[in-house]
Amino acid sequence: MSEDNDETQTAEETPVEEETESQDKVISPEKAEEAKLKARYPNLGHKPGGSDLLRKRLQKGQKYFDSGDYNMAKAKIKNKQLPTAAPEKTEITGDHIPTPQDLPQRKPSLVASKLAG
Amino acid sequence: MAGPGGDMQWCFSQVKGAIDDDVAEADIISTVEFNHTGELLATGDKGGRVVIFQQEVENKNLPQFRSEYNVYSTFQSHEPEFDYLKSLEIEEKINKIRWLPQKNAAQFLLSTNDKTIKLWKISERDKRPEGYNLKEEDGRYRDPNTITALRVPVLIPMDLMVEASPRRVFSNAHTYHINSVSVNSDDETYLSADDLRINLWNLEITDRSFNIVDIKPANMEELTEVITAAEFHPHQCNTFVYSSSKGTIRLCDMRASALCDKHSKLFEEPENPSNRSFFSEIISSISDVKFSHNGRYLMTRDYLSVKIWDLNMENRPVETYQVHEYLRNKLCSLYENDCIFDKFECCWNGNDSVVMTGSYNNFFRMFERGQRRDATLEASRENSKPLQVLKPRKVCTGGKRKKDEISVDSLDFNKKILHTAWHPQDNIIAVATTNNLYIFQDKVN
Repeated sequence: MSEDNDETQTAEETPVEEETESQDKVISPEKAEEAKLKARYPNLGHKPGGSDLLRKRLQKGQKYFDSGDYNMAKAKIKNKQLPTAAPEKTEITGDHIPTPQDLPQRKPSLVASKLAG
Repeated sequence: MAGPGGDMQWCFSQVKGAIDDDVAEADIISTVEFNHTGELLATGDKGGRVVIFQQEVENKNLPQFRSEYNVYSTFQSHEPEFDYLKSLEIEEKINKIRWLPQKNAAQFLLSTNDKTIKLWKISERDKRPEGYNLKEEDGRYRDPNTITALRVPVLIPMDLMVEASPRRVFSNAHTYHINSVSVNSDDETYLSADDLRINLWNLEITDRSFNIVDIKPANMEELTEVITAAEFHPHQCNTFVYSSSKGTIRLCDMRASALCDKHSKLFEEPENPSNRSFFSEIISSISDVKFSHNGRYLMTRDYLSVKIWDLNMENRPVETYQVHEYLRNKLCSLYENDCIFDKFECCWNGNDSVVMTGSYNNFFRMFERGQRRDATLEASRENSKPLQVLKPRKVCTGGKRKKDEISVDSLDFNKKILHTAWHPQDNIIAVATTNNLYIFQDKVN
C-alpha cells in the first residue's frame, strides 16, 4: 500500500504557487491544496480514489492477534521488552505485532444510553 | 412555513444527552429517524443502543410545545461480536434505523449494524390480569383442592410498560459493511446494502435473501468504486437507487431482471477534466441519497454540496446547494485529519420544499428550494433556553471578520452534525451532535 498519510515526516516548506508561471490561469483552490499535499507526502500514490483507498475501507475492523507471531517477536527481542504498539496506531500492518494490550476490550454496553437519562 | 416576515425561524425545544465534554465512544449518536407519523423519534448509537422518544400527546394542541419528546423505550439492539474465522471485529454501532409503517397496535423498526439486521417490535402493555384461579397474586400456586369457586380473571390498569423484543434476525448475508436498509412500499420486503452488494429480503423470512446488485469485480485489484447508500422509491415498489463513491447514482427496476447490475438510469454530472484534482473523486463520493416524499426527485449529499436530481433528467442535477464551499481551501488538512471522509446525511421536509444537512462546528444548513434561501444554524447548549430563537450563523472566509461571524480556521472539526431528521408532517427537526440530540421547532407567532 502506498498510502502515506501515516507518515510523520515534517513537511518541507515548498512554496505553493497561487498563479502558474507561464499561463494566466489561476490554480483552483483544489489544485492548490493538492500541491500542498504532494509537497508533504511526495510518495503519495497517483490513484487517489483507487483500489488502495477502497480496499482499506473494506477492511475496516480487521484485527488479529496471532500468539505464534507474538511469541516469536518476544523471543527475538534482546532487551526483554514486550513488543508494544505505537500509540494512536490503529492500522496493523507489516512488522507491527499486535499484542493483547492493543486489542480493545470488547464488551457490550451494560450502561443505559445517556439520551434516556 | 415562511412567515409573513420572510425567513422561517427556528426555536430551541429540547436537548437530550449528557452535558459533559468527555464523550464516551458508546454515546456517539450514529442514526436518527422519525417514524411515519412523526410521533416517535428513534436514535441509535455506537454502543448498539436504541432510544425511542415519543411526542407528548397532551401538548399536541399547544403549538409552541408540540415538539416535546420524552423517552418511550430504550433497548440494546446489537452487541459487539468477533468473527474468529476472518479475524474481524464486528462493531455494535447502529448504522441505520428504519421504521415500518404501523399496521396494528405495535410499532416495528429495522435496526442494523455492519453485519446483521434486526426487526424489533415495540409494544405497550397497560393492563394486567388479576384474579387467576390457580395462582395467588404473588405468583404462588394454589392447591387445586382448596378451590371451591371459580372466578373470571379481570384486566386491571397498570402503569404503562413499553416492551421491545427482537422478532427477526437477518444475518450472514453481507460480507462487507452494511450502510443502508430501506423498507419497500409493498410492506413485505426491504433491501440492505453493503459496500459491494445489495440484498432483498422478505420481512418474514430470515434464512434467505436475494442478491439484486453485485458490483464486486472478479479481481479485487480492479475495484474502483463502492456502494455508499441505497433506497427504495417511496411509491414504486419495483424501483430503487444506489449511490457510489464516484458520485454516481443508479436507478434500478426490479422488473427488468433478477440481478439489477444493469441500471435503468444513471445520474451523473459531467466533470470538467481540467478541474480534476487529487481530491475530486473523494469529495464527489455520495454519502447519502434520499428520495423526495413525492417520489419525483432525488437528493444526494457529497462532501461539499447537496444536489437535487429530477428522476427524468440523468445528465445533471436540477439544483445544487453549497453546504460549506469555504472548505475547498482546506482539503489538504481535511484529508490529513480524515475529515474529508466524513459521511454527512441529508433530509427533506414533509412537503419537499426544504432540505437540510449538517456541517462542522455543530452547524447545520437548510435550503429553501423555491425561495432560493438558505440558513446556517447552530446546535449548541448556549442557545438552549426554552423557545429561544436560533440566530443565523455565518462563516467568514475573507480577511475582515465581522462581529458574530466565525472564521474558517476557528471551526471545530470535531463537532460534526452527520445525522439530522425532519418530522414528516410538521416543522419539527431533530439534529444530532456527537452525543446530544437537539429538537427544534419553527417559531409560532
